[in-house]
Amino acid sequence: MDSSQFKSQSIGNINSLSKSRKCQTVELSPLEKSLINLLQHGLPVCERPFAQIAEAVSSTEKAVIECVNKLRREKVLTRFGPMFDAASLGGAFTLAALAVPEEDFDLVTEQVNSFEQIAHNYRRDHDFNMWFVIATESAEEIEQIVQEIEIKTNLKVLNVPKLKEFYVNLYLPV
Amino acid sequence: MSVTTQEKITKDKLSEQERQYILLTQNGLPIIEEPYHAIAKQMNLSVEQVLTLTKSMQERGIIRRIAAVPNHYKLGYQYNGMTVWDIDDEHAEKLGDVVGQLPFVSHCYLRPRFLPEWNYNLFAMVHGKTQEEITKYRGQIKELLKEILVKRNNDSSQNFITMSNDMLTSTAILKKTGLRLKK
Repeated sequence: MDSSQFKSQSIGNINSLSKSRKCQTVELSPLEKSLINLLQHGLPVCERPFAQIAEAVSSTEKAVIECVNKLRREKVLTRFGPMFDAASLGGAFTLAALAVPEEDFDLVTEQVNSFEQIAHNYRRDHDFNMWFVIATESAEEIEQIVQEIEIKTNLKVLNVPKLKEFYVNLYLPV
Repeated sequence: MSVTTQEKITKDKLSEQERQYILLTQNGLPIIEEPYHAIAKQMNLSVEQVLTLTKSMQERGIIRRIAAVPNHYKLGYQYNGMTVWDIDDEHAEKLGDVVGQLPFVSHCYLRPRFLPEWNYNLFAMVHGKTQEEITKYRGQIKELLKEILVKRNNDSSQNFITMSNDMLTSTAILKKTGLRLKK
């Protein structure tokens, strides 16, 4: 097995955020809300973790397991389990941006997205209006992809790899 | 607490057992009464060994946390802003740590500047339910950073104005994929 090989899993295509904003929010039961709030902080590492969670939310292990499975199935939870440090998995990453002329935006989107090394790509309201993550097996390959994108799009890539990452404490209460 | 890129590069390579663990769990932990027993069975280990391995990977930062990640949009957090800041390098690490601890920040990084087009070195992604909410969060970060924002002279020969901070909101997802370790 090669430790540094990634494959990309396509999750979705072009989504207009303004269009989807109105209809996406879901109704949640009190148990679902408690579990979402609690499980964002973490699951204990022990033989019966859901039994411990059940105790914390005054429910049963069975109900908790059913509820978490439902939330996962309905994609209210996009992930459930260990979050691995991407760099530990052996890949190289960078954040990059392009200032794309408005009339070329669709074409450049297609050109940039055609690289399988592009993991995420977002349109943002700025002169640099296209922001994407490049994920490769090695640092050298990052440079290579940056150059290939510049050739393909005829635009200069703003390449801003992280110099330092700070631990975060994101919590989205419901 | 912060982790430098340097530390990560020098981190030990994964053992074969760790690779196997990642392959088995990267799409999620089984949501059953005894999830670690299920992993143990597949790895031909005892559950005690799997729990020890899990804790060891957590301590070494290979596993950041074992938790649920909600879909922001479905919970009503439909607005995100990439706040960017031009702050004194001298204080950047200390203040970056403080910004990262804010509960509405999902990512916080120091990145290189590319002058004159890009003068921002600190990036912090904020999430909220309304535009007003993320604007308020930007204000809270500004309050923390106000003493160390870089004041640059605007050169009238340039056709753009250099600001000390900005917030880029996303207007469309153009591509989104998940990263996975390959078998």
